Amino acid sequence: MPDKPIEGEKRVFMTGNEVVAWAALVAGADIMYGYPITPQNEIMHYWTRLAPKFGREFLQTEDELSAGFTTIGGVLAGRKAFTATAGPGNTLMQEPMSMAEAMRLPTVVVIQQRGGPSTATVIYSQQEVTMTTLGGNGEGLRIVYSTANHQELFDYTIKAFNTAWKYRFPTFVLGDGYQAKMRESLTIYDPASRGIELVEAEPFLGKPGVPGVDRPPTQLRNTYNVEEELYEVLEGYFKDYEKIAPEVAEHEAFGLEDADLVVVSHGVVSRACKAAVKELREGGIKVGYFRPITLRPLPVDAIRETASKARQFLVVESANGQLARLLKEVAYGCPVEMLSLFKPGVGITAEDVVSRVKEIAG
Amino acid sequence: MSVQPAMPKSWRVDTKPHKFCPGCGHGLVLKALGQAIDELGIQDRAVFGCDIGCSLLAWDFFNVDTIQTHHGRTTPVITGLKRANPNLVGIAYMGDGGGYAIGSQHLVNAASRNERITVILVNNTQYGMTGGQMAPTTLPGQKTETTPYGRDPEKTGYPTQGPEMVAAITREGAYVARGTVANLRQLKNYLKKALENQMAGNGFSFVEVLSTCPTNWRTNAEETWKMVEQELPRYFKVGEIKVPGGQKEGEANG
Repeated sequence: MPDKPIEGEKRVFMTGNEVVAWAALVAGADIMYGYPITPQNEIMHYWTRLAPKFGREFLQTEDELSAGFTTIGGVLAGRKAFTATAGPGNTLMQEPMSMAEAMRLPTVVVIQQRGGPSTATVIYSQQEVTMTTLGGNGEGLRIVYSTANHQELFDYTIKAFNTAWKYRFPTFVLGDGYQAKMRESLTIYDPASRGIELVEAEPFLGKPGVPGVDRPPTQLRNTYNVEEELYEVLEGYFKDYEKIAPEVAEHEAFGLEDADLVVVSHGVVSRACKAAVKELREGGIKVGYFRPITLRPLPVDAIRETASKARQFLVVESANGQLARLLKEVAYGCPVEMLSLFKPGVGITAEDVVSRVKEIAG
Repeated sequence: MSVQPAMPKSWRVDTKPHKFCPGCGHGLVLKALGQAIDELGIQDRAVFGCDIGCSLLAWDFFNVDTIQTHHGRTTPVITGLKRANPNLVGIAYMGDGGGYAIGSQHLVNAASRNERITVILVNNTQYGMTGGQMAPTTLPGQKTETTPYGRDPEKTGYPTQGPEMVAAITREGAYVARGTVANLRQLKNYLKKALENQMAGNGFSFVEVLSTCPTNWRTNAEETWKMVEQELPRYFKVGEIKVPGGQKEGEANG
């Protein structure tokens, strides 16, 4: 059995789902649990082909509830476990992930967004932002990376495992069906060759020794008897989350120094926005580009700073304002005017963005 | 000085007395399970998963690593754990609502896949923790909070035959039995065989346990015992239903 899935680095031309499978392999994922749903299926397809060659496991479950809860079981046993889903599957996934939040379990979930609500369309949207960042009956104690291209799918899937096991918050990679199904060039690599150290997994349950004799038993619960008991636990979690948020938050931006209007977007749509902003700037229009990479936690300071300098935000997304709502909360009190280009469940081109900006500029 | 009653070695003494209502069957099932864990010497390998409902009150019951999960989801949590570390002995402990209603798809599919885990399902014919609603196992005519005039099988069906269903969908290698808190020696043997079946890697093991809920049945001690010893077995046949490669209990003597 070969030791390493990838030696050094390799230039490849792959679909995003294949990229995720390779990234999980090199990140040291031990086991994937999954249930079929488009557009994430090929993550399972590639994983089931690659995994046995490297001593990794797979279980196809009866639904996404089970995929999420078996992933939790894998994590409790001390293995790097992950699952992938989309759309209505993501809806079901919120139940297990609320348990992961409640118990600080380092689950990793890859979401390839599809249209909503309901079954809707099978390939593309950015309509799972609210659910992925704030889903479940909880407080959004989770980390969400929104990727824009295949290189990022690879980089951030590796990072997701490290983030999850380092900080012990459930971690999501938020892609979409365009990224999942499209082929693109990227460099896949052995994380060690880039100086990326993989955070070790360790068991929660079944550690060595007899419980009650050699060590206290590990007894984990998500149910509390009284309100104050829960409050105390959550206060601790919020404090931890607040502390790590600035370390975890990431964004990308350019052209902010002289921009009256800043185009704000995330994920695959930011590619169109980036191209549009470049084109507009070349044409002498002073626009800026801002893209949160983490949607949870958001890069709060950077957003507020930008929202304090720029006159207008143009929020562009393939949803009816799911990113915009998050931004409005963060930018509350800043004088920025929020304008929008929303195309729920539909792709957005650079031309769309350019013409919207020109329309605003008059 | 009061004398402590004899407890299984694997019980966590500092959390006793336990949190179940007086007359509840859970303590008896967990005593039989504790004895089985002791006799098999698996306190260091066992992982106990408990569901939502009264079963969650067992979250700190044993000196055994324990995970309290969501309603109906103990089966997949223990499945995922066992798949990730096959050296552990996975025990999924739940009620009839958790196993036969909200978590039935997990039970059916874990059984179909022949997961090497042990599921223990305590059948007290209703939802205890939420105040006594109808469960899939409620007897015809039995009054509950959601069948105040008695369960009408025409409208809500007959009691779920869980072990019979599990036996029907599992292949050779599965162990399936129905015990009762009215016969603890037999119950302990069933639980032990179920765990041994998992440890031998034979296949899925499932034990339903007929149990008591005087709080929601609104029965006194005598009526409670009559219910579990006489009424429940009229709908739920006690005994071994599937034993891999061996004889069922009681068949040895012809």
